[in-house]
Amino acid sequence: MRPFEYARAASTAEAVRDFGPGTMYLGGGTNLVDLMRLGVAEPERLVDVSRLPLDTIEPAGDRVRVGATVRNTDLAADPLIRSRYPMLARAVLTGASGQVRNVATVAGNLLQRTRCTYFQDVTRPCNKRRPGSGCPAIAGDHAGLAILGSSDACVATHPSDMAVALAALDAQVHVTGPGGDRIVPMPGLHRLPGEEPERDTVLSPGDLITAVELPPPPPGASLYRKVRERASFAFALVSIAAVLDVGRDGTVAGCRIALGGVAHVPWRAERAEQALIGGPATGEAFLQAAEAELEQARPLPRNAYKVPLARNLIVATLEELAP
Amino acid sequence: MNRTEGRVKVTGLATYAAEYPVENVAYAFAVQAQIAKGRVRRVDAAPALELPGVLAVLSCEAAPRLAEDADPELALFQSREVAYRGQIVAAVVADSHEIARDAAAHVRVEYDADDHDVRLSSDHPGLYQPEVVNPNFPSDTEKGDVEAGLSAAATTVDVTYETPVLHNNPMEPHAALACWDTEGRLLVYDTAQGTSGSRALIAGTLGLPEEQVRVVSRHVGGGFGSKGTTRPQAILAALASRMVGRPVKIALTRQQMFDVTGYRTPTIQRLRLGADAEGRLTAVEHLAYEQSSTLVEFAEQTTVPTRVMYGTPALRTGHRLVRLDVATPSWMRAPGECPGMYALESAMDELACAAGLDPVELRIRNDPETEPDSGLPFSSRNLVGCLREGAHRFGWEHRDPRPGIRREGEWLIGTGVASSTYPARRSPCKAVATMRDGDVLIQVAAADIGTGARTVLRKIAAGTLGMDPERVHVELGDSDLPQAPVAGGSMGTASWGTAVVRACEDLRRDGKEGRADTTDEVKADAELARHAFGAQFAEVRVSAVTGEIRVSRLLGVFAAGHIVDATLARSQFLGGMTMGMGMALMEETVTDEEFGGFLHRDLAQYHVPACADAQHVEAYWLEEQDGELNPMGSKGIGEIGIVGTAAAIGNAVHHATGHRFRELPITPAKILMARF
Repeated sequence: MRPFEYARAASTAEAVRDFGPGTMYLGGGTNLVDLMRLGVAEPERLVDVSRLPLDTIEPAGDRVRVGATVRNTDLAADPLIRSRYPMLARAVLTGASGQVRNVATVAGNLLQRTRCTYFQDVTRPCNKRRPGSGCPAIAGDHAGLAILGSSDACVATHPSDMAVALAALDAQVHVTGPGGDRIVPMPGLHRLPGEEPERDTVLSPGDLITAVELPPPPPGASLYRKVRERASFAFALVSIAAVLDVGRDGTVAGCRIALGGVAHVPWRAERAEQALIGGPATGEAFLQAAEAELEQARPLPRNAYKVPLARNLIVATLEELAP
Repeated sequence: MNRTEGRVKVTGLATYAAEYPVENVAYAFAVQAQIAKGRVRRVDAAPALELPGVLAVLSCEAAPRLAEDADPELALFQSREVAYRGQIVAAVVADSHEIARDAAAHVRVEYDADDHDVRLSSDHPGLYQPEVVNPNFPSDTEKGDVEAGLSAAATTVDVTYETPVLHNNPMEPHAALACWDTEGRLLVYDTAQGTSGSRALIAGTLGLPEEQVRVVSRHVGGGFGSKGTTRPQAILAALASRMVGRPVKIALTRQQMFDVTGYRTPTIQRLRLGADAEGRLTAVEHLAYEQSSTLVEFAEQTTVPTRVMYGTPALRTGHRLVRLDVATPSWMRAPGECPGMYALESAMDELACAAGLDPVELRIRNDPETEPDSGLPFSSRNLVGCLREGAHRFGWEHRDPRPGIRREGEWLIGTGVASSTYPARRSPCKAVATMRDGDVLIQVAAADIGTGARTVLRKIAAGTLGMDPERVHVELGDSDLPQAPVAGGSMGTASWGTAVVRACEDLRRDGKEGRADTTDEVKADAELARHAFGAQFAEVRVSAVTGEIRVSRLLGVFAAGHIVDATLARSQFLGGMTMGMGMALMEETVTDEEFGGFLHRDLAQYHVPACADAQHVEAYWLEEQDGELNPMGSKGIGEIGIVGTAAAIGNAVHHATGHRFRELPITPAKILMARF
């Protein structure tokens, strides 16, 4: 690991002020420290923001504000979150292990990097790690990688479960930075790889996430389901966060669907949502909606299974949510 | 009786190889080849040597000479040739692990790369028949007329199975600490499954007399075979220490472990079976294709268990090997038996389905009188007993054989069975027992790799002496102790235990000290087929929506002689079965065809079962009275638990889905793409 300086920020203002070239913010470190050991991340300076006073979960009118340094374990266990956003609590609990969740923060969870095997190995090319060096995953090992929104430069996936639930909940990410304070909506924090796969998010250097604000929970029933090879402690092959509101007349009044494990971003399935709203809440309609979404899929030979998996998962989850 | 070292382990006081406190210690970190084949053209160590705290850089341009006949995987820095990506080509020694690791990235190694070939296939032009397979079996055997047996059969199957590269992944990484004294003697704290053999190998590699080397491994955090023979970390620590004149410590990273500590060869196995109308085998053919490196011929004995299992008038087995630009495969829990029995026991299930016979009954009908290949009598054989007992406990009699018809919601449910077998060997061993103030000290260079060897040897000694085990103490894990064989091949307890019993018997005669050397006793063993057997039953649930597979029940019944300690034995069986579940459903190291070497080199990508996967795992055994084994009447149990598990689970997946998956691991991706 390359030698680096370490400083602990006393306030968000100080953290932003002290941010310079070669600086990275350190949260729980469950991803960044691993990447530093591997030589994938080589910060000259770490500003530890994990002890900033941003570790509370507070109601704000009909909304809930979750501080950036709230630990994943505390988020999932919080009575307010469990009662009003059970889908979010469940998503967080499907991620990582108890030990990792005890340390990992909300902001760090959003900003964790892809687990693509080439990205994590500095001896092999990777456009995300070394722009322009190529993407060996496309011809090589891509079984866990993206089928939606990928580019010829990158087929990486975003690994977070929590972010998938937040994307379905229309969460708002509060950011402070050299350019002042602003709010970035979810989805929208993460970006598709395009020609610049090295950029995971729309944040600029020095931007610091301070909170995630949850709007009132959408009406209807919600569910988070994650598919993986083993029963625990694995990244999603595909996951889904879904909310379905069916009116008394049997038509879909509201629908939110976000998918994990399929794209460079937590993927909001807008085409499927639009296909469903106002229509009947039937298995046939769910299937048509899923297929409308997955028409855009660009699977590779070894991740083609994700297309039927995502389709089945959308249909089965909506069927479970339908009254 | 509690595990002897349980308290020091759970309180963190047990000292592992990298943890010995030594003054003035330096740290080494390996630099690994970034090509799959070729030569090192030049090593520029200057950028690393300029960094503060860096003491030395070892490479083919700067390293002490090793013995000419050193194992090529241990002959570090002796040649410019690169045989595989990830091979150790240089190393940095520095004041701290972190400095060494950082400096390793600054060593500039230039290569002349050649085209590489890392892909095993059953039509590879380089395939050949090795003379022998591990440890010393003939590669090919033939008895009777297989073609005639197949043509005469009422039912035949001709099927091919594939297993991937697998890695052991013990919790404790491969680590070593080397210290030279002023007399030129070397002390290595290594993580080794046997210190006597390790001492011989390290001394031989370094060109030293054995008495100048001492290897200490008091606690070992798992090995499964990957620490059965000396790995490069011990040699690297010794070389680096000699070079800088300080003790040197090295701990491989998890990623490096995938590269340089061995793996189970991938296999492609073709099985042809024939059976008559009553389900009696008329012919069995089992051919395995596997790989080794260009450095060393390591020929896994994949089809050897087929020579043991079922009676047949015609039996042909064989192995074909191809030397690729890959690391050398090595020992992994039940080498040979584990991959071989996956294929044989899957094919037996296919035969049962094709013949319309119950798979338990098919196995019972083909239980042989004598060992099929050798014709030798068995010292004891209770496969049929295991199958019957397992079937009873599992509730097999209520099973509807039709595949793909049981469903609960989205979950398809199926059950499967497979047999297990593993040889019951023992090796010569020495031991000393000393009485002092009413306590007995047992000394033997055995290894406790987490199995409970200390506890078992205490129990064996106390039993022989008629003493309270609390007054018996065992010292092991040190090559200065009486010479002992490796904790491997499921023969540790049988070998060490024999010597401990004989030493204790000698102590009873002498009153003060007893000594044993079992060389003559082991040599005098009658020629018999000695094997443990077992039967494994699995129930799986396969999601028709997601392709997820969960093992809802796993039940094994084993016949492994006298079980010396029930608690430890149960752990061994459950551990082996759980590892077999990993092989069936998730474990796979991906070979990088473009760049060489392996992908998925960490535990986030190489999945082993989590606790949540082991929902309901049960192990039982039949007590066997077998006087032809050793004074304890025991057969080894370290490996048999993993043998057959993958087949039982694969057979259950077929029963659940109606679809046969012949490539491990059976993943959601494969289930979904089968579109059954």
